[in-house]
Amino acid sequence: MNKIVKKRFFSENVVQFVVEAPEIARTRKAGNFVIIRLDEKGERVPLTISEADTEKGTITIVVQRIGVSTYKLAALNEGDYIHDVVGPLGHPTHIFKAGTVLACGGGVGVAPLLPIVQAFKEAGNRVVSILAARNKDLIILEDEIRKYSDEVIIMTDDGSYGKKGVVTVGMEDVIAREKVDFCVAIGPAIMMKFCSLTTQKHEIPTVVSLNTIMVDGTGMCGACRVKVDGKTRFVCVDGPEFDAHKVDFNEMLMRMGAYKEQEKEAFEAYKNALA
Amino acid sequence: MTDYKAERAEAWREELRKSIPAKDRTNLERVEMPMQDAVERRSNNLEVNLGLTEEMAVKESHRCLDCANPTCVTGCPVNVNIPKFIKKIEAKDFLGAAAVIKETSTLPAVCGRVCPQEKQCESKCFYTQKLKKPAVAIGYLERFAADYERESGKMSIPECEKPNGIKVAAIGSGPASLAWAADMARKGYDVTVFEALHEIGGVLKYGIPEFRLPKKIVDVEIENLAKMGVKFLTNTIIGRTITLETLRERGFKAFFIAAGAGLPRFMNIPGENANGIFSSNEYLTRVNLMHAADPEYDTPVIKGKNVMVVGGGNTAMDSVRTAKRLGAERAMIVYRRSEDEMPARLEEVHHAKEEGVEFLTLNNPVEYLANDKGQVQQAKIQKMELGEPDASGRRSPIPVEGSEYLVDTDVVVVAVGVSPNPIITSAIEGLDVDPKRRTIIVNPENNQSNISDIFAGGDIVRGGATVILAMGDGRKAAEGADEYLKSLK
Repeated sequence: MNKIVKKRFFSENVVQFVVEAPEIARTRKAGNFVIIRLDEKGERVPLTISEADTEKGTITIVVQRIGVSTYKLAALNEGDYIHDVVGPLGHPTHIFKAGTVLACGGGVGVAPLLPIVQAFKEAGNRVVSILAARNKDLIILEDEIRKYSDEVIIMTDDGSYGKKGVVTVGMEDVIAREKVDFCVAIGPAIMMKFCSLTTQKHEIPTVVSLNTIMVDGTGMCGACRVKVDGKTRFVCVDGPEFDAHKVDFNEMLMRMGAYKEQEKEAFEAYKNALA
Repeated sequence: MTDYKAERAEAWREELRKSIPAKDRTNLERVEMPMQDAVERRSNNLEVNLGLTEEMAVKESHRCLDCANPTCVTGCPVNVNIPKFIKKIEAKDFLGAAAVIKETSTLPAVCGRVCPQEKQCESKCFYTQKLKKPAVAIGYLERFAADYERESGKMSIPECEKPNGIKVAAIGSGPASLAWAADMARKGYDVTVFEALHEIGGVLKYGIPEFRLPKKIVDVEIENLAKMGVKFLTNTIIGRTITLETLRERGFKAFFIAAGAGLPRFMNIPGENANGIFSSNEYLTRVNLMHAADPEYDTPVIKGKNVMVVGGGNTAMDSVRTAKRLGAERAMIVYRRSEDEMPARLEEVHHAKEEGVEFLTLNNPVEYLANDKGQVQQAKIQKMELGEPDASGRRSPIPVEGSEYLVDTDVVVVAVGVSPNPIITSAIEGLDVDPKRRTIIVNPENNQSNISDIFAGGDIVRGGATVILAMGDGRKAAEGADEYLKSLK
């Protein structure tokens, strides 16, 4: 049982939780994730750790309400408990001195991007961060990202904040004006796919952090499998970060839709039960 | 060492032996296990085998000749004192029978259900070896004694030596660890079992279905270990949440790694990543551990109409029978060899057939075809024929060129084996691991690894075996760890 010590709404659908998990806070590194289960009947949901406080023994996770489990989670309050939290899982991000690093975060993908931005900055890189979302409300953690970035570019689909346009527009601008040595992109699968296509064109090495469906998160089930460089890999134990240019995004997008019907049905039932 | 001869010479045993002439004993028919009706059980998840009644158990115990040389014991990986417990049943001392089994086996109610007795103790029974008759139903009797004890409410908790205050840790909470933990607790150690998942029990919980091993039986065994002082910590991955080094700093003096063979194998054939294609681990975990078939629970599973399970082991049988229970109209086993080579227990194959499972033996999938949403629709199957025996001693399957045909399927479960979980082995520097199989290399005498305070057993050493072999490893490693810890003083 892990206690929620702090809850903060970034927007109507995006919530940040600070959760007690002293062992995980101590051992986690940038890029690691946890699996949570809300209650006895809950499913196992992977969530990337965005921050950790070793002294207070807490980790921070950010979640966007999209289905039953995320709605239930978002409904929890400070003082409530999450039944299970296990981690840190996955390989940590490989941090090195690259030169100029372009860090692209889409929507809630900015949360897992934060510790990576911080680590690349601390490794002596120039870090240019692009935060992209549909609208101003969905831009999160801007101040925190600014703290570790040399420059922050905001992109919104509707132009309600920063520049109008999708993330790749911002990327092209940066790439056109300066040499980018390395790129990290985290966000919805479709966003990562287009980030990858953009940097591939410019031959910039890029990693993406994949957020596939998982059950155990320890390599046991293979639900998260995805093709990378023509080979089937498990995101939970081989990833979650991979060379973006080698990821089969189309297969990944297809696999992420495996339970679309059930998810929709369950969500309808959940909303009806609340109404 | 048990003195079987002296025990056999005890008055009560002698008296029992003389009470019925051997010839009358051998003329008795082997008991039939009462079972749930094959049609009825397809629509529920309740246990298939119902267990023997007291009368049946006593009658079956009459068949046991109480041999001077009990070869059955040699067939048991943990050397249960088989003649003694069966004669206790014959004497109607059912609690006494359970106590005898528990001298050497930690999980009798589990082993009585899932052990491949026909390949172990029962294959070494005098009836099988010499009389060419069906063996004494040792497995059924073991289950009877264990169930009788549990249901009597008089379950005995093994006596433990005075606590010695030495902290030891088991990593993983499957049968190997539970056996190790029990033995170490009995020897007075302060035992903690670390489990990565949210439930204790390992494969007994996520893998073996309810209809073959009711979860409450496993829970009772775990509660008993807790009563013996064993501590359980779920959601803790050694090597990740806490490193082994940190455990050493926290005073743990010996470790038993039994993290299982948690990495499913796929066949790497075209289309295998289509939706609706699961590893058996995923399929069974969703249904068993996550209760996906129960609408009360949040985890989903795809219920297929035409379910194809690839493989011929017990996991394949568990998967295909699960599919039947989830409502599959057609549930098929696709296996590349013939039925004779199937590694699954005969009983499981038999039960599957009774439940209407089709067996497509000498068949092998070579490709899966999906619709535009990525959902599997058909499997391309190639026929096989048997050639010369391979390294495993089984005749190896050879593809028949041009024999491919299509089978409609909307759920495929790949049950072609597992590899050891890499998390723990990659987190311990210097640990000797088989470069090819990724299994931990141990001294077969005491299950000690090349790092003296680390012992290992079960599937992470064997690469995929049975509950009882895992338990045998746990017991041997407990002896080994005890000896090692005593040598430190």
